[in-house]
Order: sequence, then C-alpha cells, then structure tokens
Amino acid sequence: MKRLILKNGRVIDPASKVDTVADVLVEDGVILGVAPNLSSSGAEVFDASGLIVAPGFIDMHVHLREPGFEHAETIESGARAAAAGGFTAVCCMPNTKPVNDSATVTSYIVDRARRDAAVRVFPIGAITKGSNGEELAAIASMKAAGVVAISDDGRPVMNARVMRRAMETAKALDLPLINHCEDLHLSSGGDMHEGVQSIRLGLRGIPSASEDVMVARDILLAELTGCRYHVAHLSAKRSLAMVAYARSKGLTVTCEVTPHHFAVSDTQIRPYDANYRMKPPLRGDDDVEAMLGGIADGTVDALATDHAPHPGDEKMQEFEKCPFGILGLETAIGLTLDRLVHPGRISLHRMIELYTTGPARILSLDLGSLAPGRPADITVISESAEWVYDVNRSPSKSRNSPFDGVEFRGGPVATIVNGLIVWQKD
Amino acid sequence: MTNGLLGIEELQRKEIETILERARFFQPPPNETFRRSDTLKGRSVVNLFFEPSTRTRVSFEIAARRLGAEVSSIQAQASSVSKGESLVDTLNTLVAMRPDAIIMRHSASGAPHFLSRYLQKPIINAGDGTHEHPTQALLDARTILDHLGRLDGLRVAIIGDIVHSRVARSNIYLLSKFGVDIVLCGPAQLVPADLARIAPGVRIEYNMQKAIRDADVIMMLRVQLERQHEPPMPAGEYFRFYGLSNDHVKLARKGAIVMHPGPINRGREISSEVADSQSSVILNQVENGVAVRMAVLERILA
Repeated sequence: MKRLILKNGRVIDPASKVDTVADVLVEDGVILGVAPNLSSSGAEVFDASGLIVAPGFIDMHVHLREPGFEHAETIESGARAAAAGGFTAVCCMPNTKPVNDSATVTSYIVDRARRDAAVRVFPIGAITKGSNGEELAAIASMKAAGVVAISDDGRPVMNARVMRRAMETAKALDLPLINHCEDLHLSSGGDMHEGVQSIRLGLRGIPSASEDVMVARDILLAELTGCRYHVAHLSAKRSLAMVAYARSKGLTVTCEVTPHHFAVSDTQIRPYDANYRMKPPLRGDDDVEAMLGGIADGTVDALATDHAPHPGDEKMQEFEKCPFGILGLETAIGLTLDRLVHPGRISLHRMIELYTTGPARILSLDLGSLAPGRPADITVISESAEWVYDVNRSPSKSRNSPFDGVEFRGGPVATIVNGLIVWQKD
Repeated sequence: MTNGLLGIEELQRKEIETILERARFFQPPPNETFRRSDTLKGRSVVNLFFEPSTRTRVSFEIAARRLGAEVSSIQAQASSVSKGESLVDTLNTLVAMRPDAIIMRHSASGAPHFLSRYLQKPIINAGDGTHEHPTQALLDARTILDHLGRLDGLRVAIIGDIVHSRVARSNIYLLSKFGVDIVLCGPAQLVPADLARIAPGVRIEYNMQKAIRDADVIMMLRVQLERQHEPPMPAGEYFRFYGLSNDHVKLARKGAIVMHPGPINRGREISSEVADSQSSVILNQVENGVAVRMAVLERILA
C-alpha cells in the first residue's frame, strides 16, 4: 500500500467543480479523497502550499517518432519531455515508420510505452494505409489494440470520398476522427503563412484558405455521416468560425489550438529561422487574436502542443529545405499562463479544462478528474514562479523550439502519474 | 553595414545616399576606362555562387580587384555542395580559409540571413532566392540619378514577374525610402495584391498602358521561367500584354528611361527596338554595377 498526500494546495478540478485549498490523498495509484486536513500518516508528503493541484494534463497531439525516427525522439524521451511539461498523458500521431496503420504497430507502441514511458501514451491510428489517402487502414483492429482516435496527421485525406468512408467507419466504431486540415493543392510548396510577411521575405505562402476549405468540406461530411469530428491544430480565423457554426447546428465537431498558434503571429517570427516553420504556419495577427478569443469563449475545446521533434541538422538548413514542426511539451503551460491567464483572458479553471476535461471528453478517456476512485494523475503548477526555458536541458532528443531562453512566470512543478511522482522541478 | 549587406529593407536612407555618392566617385573619370584604388590591399574576398550568374559575379570580381583585394570565385554546383555537403558546412570550410568577406548568391530566400547568424564574417548578399538583390537596387538607383538627377517625386513602373523577383523587392524597398511613386504591373499571379503593402508608395496596375503612362522610369524584369511553377498565361500571350514595345514608351514621360537587370530576353519581355533605343540605359546599369559594388566593398571592408 503506497500513499502520497499533497498538502495545502489550491485544488482546481473542473470535472468535480472543485476550487478550494485542500489536501489530496492518493493510495495505490487511485485518488482516495480531496479535503482539508487529511491524515498524512504513512504517506509520502508533498507540500503543495502556494501551488495549484490539478488533474493530470493531457496533450492530445504529439509526435513521439517511434518506431522509425528514434534519432529525433523515442517514446521514452518524449514521455519524459511530457512529464517535464506537466503532462500525465499524451496521444501520439501515427506518422511513424512504419505508419501506425495496423494493430501490429499499435501494439508495438502500447508495449513500448508500458515499458519505457513515464506518462500514459495513447496511440492514434492512421485513417488510410500508409497515410497515403487511398485505402482505409485496419481501423477496427487498431481500436481493439488501443487507438483512441484516427488521423492522417500531416498527410490529410484529400479525396472527399475516402474521407466520407473513414467517417462512416469512425462513427460505427465510436472513434473520433481527427483531421489535419490542409488542402495540399492550395498549400503546395508553401513555406509560411501567405500574406504581406511572406511576400516581404520572398517566401512561398500557405494561404489560410488551404485550411478553411478542408474544414468546410469535413464539416459537411461530418453532418452527412454523424461522425465525431475534430480539427487538429486549428489556426485560421474562418476555420474557427466554421467550427462554431457547426456546433451551433448540433454537430459533434470539436477543435484544438496549439500554444504557438495563440502565442506567435507571422509578424513576430525571426525570419528564416526554421524554429518558426511549422504546419499550419504561424498565421496573421488577426488569426492569433481569433484563437485567443475562441479559447476564452469556449469554441476551442482543447489545447494541444503538436510536439514535433526534428534533430538539429535537419533544422540547420535553408528555410525552404527544413522540415515542419517544433517542440511544444515543456512550454505549453508557461505560454498558456503568459498569453491567456495572466492577462485575464481566461481563468485558471478554464486553462485546466482545456488540458483535462476538454481532451478527455473528445477522446472518451477516463481521465481528467480528481474525484475519489479515479486514477491518480495529477499536475502541480506554480502560477508565479519565474523560470527560463533552456532547450538544451530538455529530455527531448531534439532542440527545435523557438522559445529557448524565454522567461516564463509560472509553469509545471510536479507531475504525478498513477500516484507516483514522475517529474519534479529542481 | 558593419556586418555586411543582406538587404535594402533594413538600410536607412542616409546609408543608401552615402553609398550612392561614393559610387559616383568610383565611376570612371572622363577619358579613362576605370578608377583604381588600393584601399583593400591585402584583403581577400570570396565570391560564392550557388546559382549560375555571370554578370553579378564578374562585376563583384572586378570591383574587388580594382580596390586591390584578392578575390576567388566558387561556382558551388561544381564544388562539394553537389556531393551533399550542407550549406553550413560549406561556409564553415570557407571561413577556415579566412576570407575577409563572403559575397553570396543562393537560390533559397534568406540563405545569407540564416548563415549570418552563425558566421562572424560579413556577408554581402548577391541575390537570395526571390527575396533581395541589394547591389542591383543600388546600381539601379545610381543609374536613375545619373540620368534624371533625382529620385524623390519620380514615378517608376516596374513590370513583369514581381512576385519571384529579388530585383523588384530590393528596388521597391529602396525607391520607397526616397518617396518614389511606384507602380507594379504584370499578370495577376505574378503581382499578388499583398505586394502593395510591403512598402509605402506602392500601387498595383494590371494594365500595362496605364502603368506606364507618365512614368519617368520603366523597369522591366526578366521572365523567370525557372521560378514559375505554373505558367501565368499562355507563352504567346505574355509579350502581347506585358512585353515592352515602342508604343508603350511613347506613353511615358518625355525623357523617360528604360531599365532591365539583364539578361534580357528579346521578344519575351522587351522588344529589340526598345532594348537598343536611346531611352534604354541597360548598359549604363551594368557599368554602374562595378562602381556601386566598389562602394559597398569599401564600406564593409575598409
């Protein structure tokens, strides 16, 4: 019998509508109770005074690169980076090598994670074989092996008929379908968001319309099929408006936004620095403002990092040659506090929802709550401690972050998975 | 300028004026073929060209030699780049040979800007992708000044493939700093609306007659087939609607000059009669290239 007690923290648990200074008692990986002055006898004590105690944060969109790209990240290193960012669970996208398009690959990831990962890892399966957009993958078998959603992240299904069939399958299996919305014809060859900045810098543009047209198509198909449809890393203001519209019509359409898309616009990038190169690209100032608004008003269901490790030599090239994507796990909470909570745009309660009940609901995960009897996954946060992100000390195997050296006020302090402290700030 | 010359956009008007004035000093005196100096004696400069170029490379070579510097030119396709060496490694190798400056042309926008963050050596941008070609804009400005005596208040029509043109961008940034009225003209796909917002004083006109009317300078651009991934219009239509002929020149202001960064494609964007006419200053541009590059090299290295 192993006990852990977190003393005197401000416990904020949106799922149970709790916001009070209390102790949280954990036994054998399960929440035993949340109340002031619980007996700590026989328990390891964690002094949480002055800190926030929240249900474990879930990042529903990461790339762990294993199998196939272990030089960039592994399930082990990625999970440690997640823990260091305050996440107790991550969902990994299927664009590995081989692509996670079969129960074999899914099982491999699940087994590896069980053996190596400090946090919970939920695989997301491919929509189509090899994610090449043509023939549906073995979706039912992958579900049986443990995938929590399907997505061809990074290689969106361009053929509307294939997408329709995938949605029908997802509906029948009660799996959410997550799409990376990008019309590949419209975005072809693009380096950054299309606008004055791309023209100024002589870089090829990725228009917002490349995202918008696919969101529009998918919403129509979601209505046709009744599928639970989720927009990954939504970045464009019109896409957000369409998600809001779909929901007002009663469709089960949800979306996530990444910290970098609400924190940085195309006018703020360091030109030709590949750490500002990702898909979707950093959009215009008005898009960033729309994301902040959508997060505050509830249109956005979850925040997710799209943690995308790439080794240094791949990012140290001519901008147009560099791969897309940046690290995100360790800076997510800091950026959310900095851009949303500290300026008063959202409450801490709302921030916690966006990383707990939000993703848990989309993916039907039995997580994201501190109610007695639930798994003891806990994220401890400081709202005010100042710290500097040093990417060279990251547990990730890659270093591609534009936030290296940035000073944050507030961030994760400890990460508890299944009642065990898997990471603690030094 | 201490770190080299990456672009016009970040330069102050004052700095540009200083270079243009110094370039005038380097123009050949009457009855002489060129001016020489030994201000860069003992200095060495590397010309590193990742894209084929004759005129810009030779122009920089001559400019460096006339200032007394040693210059070596590397055509990168023939070097280790084709063996898979990365850009950073190629530059580090070169830097180990201790040149005082690197003159660089590259097909990727921002390649010199990216490198300048990791190298201590000054880099002179001799054209990066579809971004900037600063010395071209400087020599164009010198040429306009030689012929028209001023920049302020002029109207300059820039015609052709603007979106893919580093010459156009550098010229827009430069002319805009001098209060020039800039009219951009070309097929819609090659002149996106956002171009009008990259600098003050820029407007877009899709009709060539309207664009040229009352212009003091007609600046033609080369049709860059190698950068156009999708043809903007059938090949035969281009010259008909955006090629420069004598009829167009008549619409411009009296005494207007016609410029082209070269190499020219006769019959594609400019007719021979215009290219060889009195109003054409194309060869003056080439000549000024050397004087302007001497001024730039001297400013960075002396």
